Amino acid sequence: MASRRHFRAALSALCLAAATTTAHGKDTGMAFVSSEKDNALAVIDVKSLAVTGTIPTCKRPRYMQFLPDATTLMVACGDSNRADLIDVAARKVVGNVPLGDDPEAFDLSPDGKFAYVSNEEDGALNIVELASKKVVKSITVGKEPEGVKTSPDGSRVYVTSEVANMVHVIDPVAGKVVKNVQVGMRPRRLAFSADGGELWVSNELGASVSIISTRDLTVVQTINFEVRGMRPDDIRPVGMTLARDGKTMFVALGHASHVAFVDVASRKTTNLVLVGKRAWNVALNRDGSRLFVANGLSDDVTVVDVAQAKAIKTVPVGRVPYMVIVDD
Amino acid sequence: MIEGVCRHAAWLAALVLGLAALPLHATTLTIGVLARADDERLDPHRVELAYLGHPGGPLLQSVDVAIKESQFELDAAGLLVKVDAVQARDASEAATLLQRLERSGAAAIVLDLPAEWIARGAPAVRVPLLNAGEPDDTLRAGQCQPNLLHTYPSERMRADALAQTLASRRWSRVLLLYGPSQDDTTRLATVQASIKRFGLKPVAARAFKLSADPRERDLANPLLLTANVDYDVVWVIDSDGEFARSLPYRISLPRPVVGDGGLFALAWAPNFERFGAPQLARRFLRGAGRPMTGHDWAGWIATKAILQAALDKAFTPAAQLKAFVQPGFTLDGFKGVRLSFRTWDRQLRQPLLLTDGQGVVALAPAEGILHPSNVLDTLGGDAPEGLCKTR
Repeated sequence: MASRRHFRAALSALCLAAATTTAHGKDTGMAFVSSEKDNALAVIDVKSLAVTGTIPTCKRPRYMQFLPDATTLMVACGDSNRADLIDVAARKVVGNVPLGDDPEAFDLSPDGKFAYVSNEEDGALNIVELASKKVVKSITVGKEPEGVKTSPDGSRVYVTSEVANMVHVIDPVAGKVVKNVQVGMRPRRLAFSADGGELWVSNELGASVSIISTRDLTVVQTINFEVRGMRPDDIRPVGMTLARDGKTMFVALGHASHVAFVDVASRKTTNLVLVGKRAWNVALNRDGSRLFVANGLSDDVTVVDVAQAKAIKTVPVGRVPYMVIVDD
Repeated sequence: MIEGVCRHAAWLAALVLGLAALPLHATTLTIGVLARADDERLDPHRVELAYLGHPGGPLLQSVDVAIKESQFELDAAGLLVKVDAVQARDASEAATLLQRLERSGAAAIVLDLPAEWIARGAPAVRVPLLNAGEPDDTLRAGQCQPNLLHTYPSERMRADALAQTLASRRWSRVLLLYGPSQDDTTRLATVQASIKRFGLKPVAARAFKLSADPRERDLANPLLLTANVDYDVVWVIDSDGEFARSLPYRISLPRPVVGDGGLFALAWAPNFERFGAPQLARRFLRGAGRPMTGHDWAGWIATKAILQAALDKAFTPAAQLKAFVQPGFTLDGFKGVRLSFRTWDRQLRQPLLLTDGQGVVALAPAEGILHPSNVLDTLGGDAPEGLCKTR
């Protein structure tokens, strides 16, 4: 059973090329939710969709990602200036890594040896060697860097700057900015298309998504969003994740309280699903049938049935939920 | 002397910042900064009192914070920013200095001057002037100028913000207390107009006076001033600040105080938690060594507007003014929505923060307030009123 699941996971990883660099955990059957004001992760049973417990962690936990060992969840904490390493099976903190001042988000090198961390206070992308727990390089970028994404082959790291309205393209080996790509106002998160040829950038105040060609490093298209009955200024795209078949991008629209299903090929919004207040980060379960949405201003997580494009349950979690990661 | 030192410091800062990564074909952007010399509002003893709604330090600090946080984009674009900061002692010197700054190539000038000085100086130049400290509504109406923009919210915007908040709470019966200065009288009229606009009910307007003289206690005693009438809220107008500061909890009924005491409508509050505001607040605190006030926010966003216009390459001589009011020109002010300049009076439209100095309790425009095009235009003079005739 487990081996078949792993085979399937390996196969889907192959099919999607390197689009899904995020490692999955050890099938705990749980979803983990970081909440900015809780200093703890909420644990949701993915089958019953009920909160079954919490894992105490560092202060103001935000971005989370599994290490390649698939059992350790790395959680960046803005107010503790570090990441906690959490054994999700044991549900406890087993170590930590200092990440510099006010770390917001990070991504890992494909071999899992380095973390690329956006440090809001410094205006820098710090490269942290996980084994030695040392910052080995610090690259100055625009102020308030946020979303970080490593290219599938590890040769580039993309990071957004909310103040400079840019995506910085960084060569992590040389420790240099290769190019600055101007995008919309207040760029937040990054997601690759299935073949890795496109990098989608959510522009929170631009109410849009910029699509960057990873070959030319230029913006090839900008997708604007509209929601009936919502003020244009309430449409603030942030979290994004690609459907398992690579055909749909899910874009959370922040204060507009909806998630947009965007057809990757035509760039058209095919569905708008009503979720909680300030829909922030989004995550899929393994087979891609359910989308979990962290709602920052209603302190809950909305679970969306992807096929029906409909919310099926809202689960109260901690205060100011930031991100969900599903390990089913 | 002070002027010389200030200018020197600003040039030095620009040099240090600029040298960080000087590209081969750098172009220079000069930002003029004109403030008043011997500013009484910035007297150390006065600043120490930290009245909400009053400035907390010199305008130049907010200009520097804005330039510093934009350094990455400026370097990438090969733009070298020079700050030319000067101070005027009176209206006529202000006009002379504006002309001098224009001649020496300032692309735009940020101002923290009294209303009369601005009214007199603005027609003397054509360069864009960004008023970052004066709330006087006449500068946005009868005395508006084609080259004069405003990032500091007008008096009326602040009054509208409070009136909306009261209306949304249904605290509609308002007792007005106003101070003895000419400013207080002018502001009383503005507040009364806002009260009318949002359907509140003024129950009385009473003058107060700071005094310990027993013969004047009817004017000075908060209990007597607020007695013999019923109201939902006391709205105090006190440009000085001393009386209003100690008014809450000293009135005859258990009611809230708003205006220049209790709950204030401000451009910024250093403890604002939403929309990435803490990052800006921390940058300012680190740069200036003090909390960021509404005046600082206005100076910061004025500078950001100039830098953004320059980065958009909109700063050709003919397009300088149009750059700020063209439809696509929007700014991120860390208040959650895109900000832009109104085309009719060149005021920066913006949400205001309702704060008691400890936290931000609400934002204006209030929830449920509607407007046909942009709800931010429910604060201050709207287009159909046609208050500013020069375009």
